Amino acid sequence: MRRRTFGLAAAALAASVAVGPSLGWAQEEKKVTIGVSIPAADHGWTAGVVFHAERVAKLLMEEHPGLNVIVKTSADPASQANAVQDLAVQNIDALVILPTDPDQLVNAIQQVKDAGKFVALVDRAPSVNDNTIRDLYVAGNNPALGRVAGQYIAKTTPDAEVVVIRGLPIPIDQQRQDGFDEGIKGSNVKVLERQYGNWNRDDAFRVMQDYLTKYPKIDVVWAQDDDMLVGVLEAIQQANRSDIQYVVGGAGSKDMVKRVMDGDKMVPVDVLYPPAMVATAMQLTAANFYDQVPVSGEYILDATLVTKDNAEQFYFQDSPF
Amino acid sequence: MTTAATETAKAPKTSRDWDMAAIAPFIALALLLVLGYFANPNFVSVANILNVITRSAFIAIIALGATYVISSGGLDLSVGSMVAFVASLMILFLNAAPIADPMMLLIAGMLLALLLGAACGLFNGLITTVGRIEPFIATLGTMGIYRGLTTWLSQGGAITLRDRELQALYRPVYFGDIFGVPVPIVAIFVTAAIAAFVLYRTRYGRHVIAVGSNEDVARYSGISVRKVRTIAYIIQGLCVAVAVLLYVPRLGSTSATTGILWELQAITAVVVGGTALRGGVGRIWGTVCGAFILEIVGNIMLLSNFVSEYLIGAIQGAIIIIAMLVQRSLMRRS
Repeated sequence: MRRRTFGLAAAALAASVAVGPSLGWAQEEKKVTIGVSIPAADHGWTAGVVFHAERVAKLLMEEHPGLNVIVKTSADPASQANAVQDLAVQNIDALVILPTDPDQLVNAIQQVKDAGKFVALVDRAPSVNDNTIRDLYVAGNNPALGRVAGQYIAKTTPDAEVVVIRGLPIPIDQQRQDGFDEGIKGSNVKVLERQYGNWNRDDAFRVMQDYLTKYPKIDVVWAQDDDMLVGVLEAIQQANRSDIQYVVGGAGSKDMVKRVMDGDKMVPVDVLYPPAMVATAMQLTAANFYDQVPVSGEYILDATLVTKDNAEQFYFQDSPF
Repeated sequence: MTTAATETAKAPKTSRDWDMAAIAPFIALALLLVLGYFANPNFVSVANILNVITRSAFIAIIALGATYVISSGGLDLSVGSMVAFVASLMILFLNAAPIADPMMLLIAGMLLALLLGAACGLFNGLITTVGRIEPFIATLGTMGIYRGLTTWLSQGGAITLRDRELQALYRPVYFGDIFGVPVPIVAIFVTAAIAAFVLYRTRYGRHVIAVGSNEDVARYSGISVRKVRTIAYIIQGLCVAVAVLLYVPRLGSTSATTGILWELQAITAVVVGGTALRGGVGRIWGTVCGAFILEIVGNIMLLSNFVSEYLIGAIQGAIIIIAMLVQRSLMRRS
């Protein structure tokens, strides 16, 4: 980012002193409009998506004076389909979309794609996800989110007895569970039980309280979601139990990343499933137009393990999530 | 209900005269406790029972207010969103810290929550009575309003109490205890005692039941139906605020998903407790019992080893229906 502000300063300098910098500023005048369609902020993660989309929209427009980025949020698939059509009539050159429900939005996206626009699809893919419907696919890695957590637990505490709190009964939750099982395979880590916490703090609090009643000894809690971790930690603190060595969440909310950064013993790591992935798609889309680099294809982000050493890189103080 | 009460007062009390409908929820609760013991002996440990009853405090206290609304012939679907809305505003107020002394600030925040709860209830009441809109639709509308405003206030994320010192000061309200009894449990029984006194022993309480059993008759006997119903909604709002006072110290934060579906749990607790959904009957202690039953069913499911995590919802539903059937059959016998 520092490089970019420097670049702008250099541009201003160039204008006054009339010394052409070597970066090829002539191309900056190229007019491009990128439409960004994302879900409305209805819970922590989508709030993060909105935050990062707006943050990077501003950055991109500062970097490329000819670029216009329009960010639209929609509460449900029907209104998102309308929003996509609204964007299409505004003569966009590219669409970056994180669909609320991909299968319901296939037609709306297809129309944009058939009109010859650049389409970047983020996070949620429809059943047919190839270059007939999009140019670029950017997503987090759900199986890896489970696997990375599982591997960390297997490596740090090979004989741990673990309780698991799941999200909602939907496919991505199952992928995370399967990934976790793969991650702990071959170790002595034992899963005592799995229950749904609905990605909700209060439900996670309740499930954790009952786990604590049921099992006299728990080594590790895997909650796979930072929101649920809030409830889990509160339940453990209330029960005054010292047997739980640590807990592992996921997603990378600022509160949990902060705890990792501060070296909290209960929260030694976090696993990334970053809402900022929408920004990755926006950057790549802009690069497609301004930098003449090939970006089409699939771009799967790692489920990076956030530790004390790298936490700072993933901490956004102003983000709502 | 009032006639039954006067009749039993005249005749000498025998077991046959007991109001079976009133004690049926307690029998269901007792059966559940036995079932729980067989599911997992840890279930009857003092720590677990205290946990479960403490957890049920939010729904129990909200359901006490719902008992008033429902027995006066109304319905309130907005309570879950109202919890989120009032709690968010309370935390925002505490974060803004207009008063320097933490204790005074906290008391001001709590008073503000009560005031906001009453105002939200008044709003619901006026829409249904003065606006003459069906309570189902009116409160479905305000449910959306309170939820939407919460999402907007939090920008979709979480609203968290920032001041650590304040949090430490407030924490005992959920986690503390009075002579070994957790504060939320004390709160349930104190609120229920007040609610029972008002419903059974005051003129207003009798008016609530009268309005709920027959609106026209109540009106002809000179009761202001609108006033009675509006006050019932205000009482509901106050109960929501009391639940918020206990909710905020637990996690110290709210999010757009706080209190989701609590309205249905509160209504279920009221009905399981023996209050008729059509109005005219109100059972305060039954409601408290209903809230315990709901929480205990979930707790037993989790503690038992023989229920798959995928089936919990189905079994919970079945247990609630069985509890209601037991209750009905007891009532018929009486």
